[in-house]
Amino acid sequence: MVSRIVVGAHYGFRDWLGQRVTAVFMALYTVIFGINALMLPEMSYEAWSGMFAGGFMRFMTFLFFLALFYHAWVGVRDIYMDYIKPVGIRLALHVITLFLLIGYAGWAARILWRL
Amino acid sequence: MSEVTVRKQRPKHLALNEIRLPLPGFVSILHRISGAGLFLCLPLLLALFGNSVGSPESFAAYKETVGNPFVKLILFGLLWAYLHHFCAGIRFLLLDMHKGLDLAAARNSSKIVLVVSIALTLIIGVKLW
Repeated sequence: MVSRIVVGAHYGFRDWLGQRVTAVFMALYTVIFGINALMLPEMSYEAWSGMFAGGFMRFMTFLFFLALFYHAWVGVRDIYMDYIKPVGIRLALHVITLFLLIGYAGWAARILWRL
Repeated sequence: MSEVTVRKQRPKHLALNEIRLPLPGFVSILHRISGAGLFLCLPLLLALFGNSVGSPESFAAYKETVGNPFVKLILFGLLWAYLHHFCAGIRFLLLDMHKGLDLAAARNSSKIVLVVSIALTLIIGVKLW
């Protein structure tokens, strides 16, 4: 029996699970994307951008980006926790990474809804 | 009696150039490196994607950018990084589910990950080049 003080922190299970759920979604999306790309008649602007213009693909692609950014947050944070020991630098890197990823999510939304 | 255990002198640092990783360890560190590389190149990839679907003019600009041999080389590396991360990730998911945990199976699957990701990179890369 392990006794833990469970107040005020979670033990990373949520992130561990989230990383895996997003991984499965991205793997499925990768297959869907691959099939769609293979079925393109030609690599023209119309065909390529048309692939993302449909409601289903646009939505799935946006979900893919969100999954990617959350997945990257957990993974990159793991790297910082393993290699970056000074607390100040680690905190700064966490904040920069978080802001970058949130910014990327906005960027991805703008790309997809301007189509 | 005082039998002093003489401890072997151990190096206090990790001599990274002397450590030989077993194959599963190699796949694991490549998973991390490929993930970090993909993360660092996200702005490049988002910019390229944005251009490719933005307008006919930006699509032409996108075509010109990816036509550059240097950019092609980077994208080829990123393609490998994605495919390795993909294949190794599936292997890790299976390990999480306690599939293929014994030594022989783990070695075998790491070999498969390396070979399949490189083969897919070559096939897709050559097709896109």
